[in-house]
Amino acid sequence: MPTPTKGPRLGGGPAHERLMLANLATSLFAHDRITTTEAKAKRLRPLAERLITFAKRGDLHARRQVMKVIGDKDVVHKLFAEIGPNYAERAGGYTRIVKVGPRKGDNAPMAVIALVESVTDTQAVVAEAERSRRARVAPRKATGGRTAEIAEENAAESPTAASVAAEAAEAYDVDTTDELDAQDTGEAQDTGEAEETVGDAEDADDSEAGDGSSEDADDEGLSAVGLHDGEDDESDEPKSTK
Amino acid sequence: MAVPKRKKSRSNTRARRAQWKTSAPTLVTCPNRACGHPTLPHTACPNCGQYQGKQVLAV
Repeated sequence: MPTPTKGPRLGGGPAHERLMLANLATSLFAHDRITTTEAKAKRLRPLAERLITFAKRGDLHARRQVMKVIGDKDVVHKLFAEIGPNYAERAGGYTRIVKVGPRKGDNAPMAVIALVESVTDTQAVVAEAERSRRARVAPRKATGGRTAEIAEENAAESPTAASVAAEAAEAYDVDTTDELDAQDTGEAQDTGEAEETVGDAEDADDSEAGDGSSEDADDEGLSAVGLHDGEDDESDEPKSTK
Repeated sequence: MAVPKRKKSRSNTRARRAQWKTSAPTLVTCPNRACGHPTLPHTACPNCGQYQGKQVLAV
């Protein structure tokens, strides 16, 4: 059984619901913000965000997919020409729902659903700085010391060990170049010693951990391939894991 | 079709309606310093139209 739609049902039937949601989406893209009931806003949000994702893709197929929902070509053009490119930097979360209290007449809880502002230059720079800072805090630990030795010894027997040994050799090359750079600043001794202690601390258990991590990397690669397929990733994933 | 046999007495009607009660809504003070109006929580202030420092409603 397919998962039922989250949230309340709208209108008098499935066709009525589709029409209401399509009209709401059209109005949202035409006016950038609309006031509606909370229930409609909550149902509209996933549909509107999916349409914006199509607009970001921007090709003819995506445009035809959107035309299935939005009949107004002017609105579709605005969506693809203005709204989609605005959100090139943003990975989802294109709309904001703010509750505005009950309506006079039937006391229905109302909400404003609006397209969020595109990422400003300042926000983009801050986000990039945050990313780079996180990357610097936790770099991938290079294989070295005993782990590398054991990996080299067992390279002939297991392909995993061979790959670890190859990685270690690469890391060693990088380290030596780093040391050459560091010698200019007179820090070569310190960095060398630090690497020695790190290498000693990694005992034979680490070679097993290395195996696990390389397998994980393979799995990630497969799932990444699945994700690139776009819409069909859910149906593709089981095949790839087989 | 089933129909009532007796007229509902005034007393019964009033006893039933005595159970209709209202409750006071939970209110918070608008976090906008210039406003300070009581508002519903998690809702844009109907007085100043702001929510979390953003102007949501035209005032």
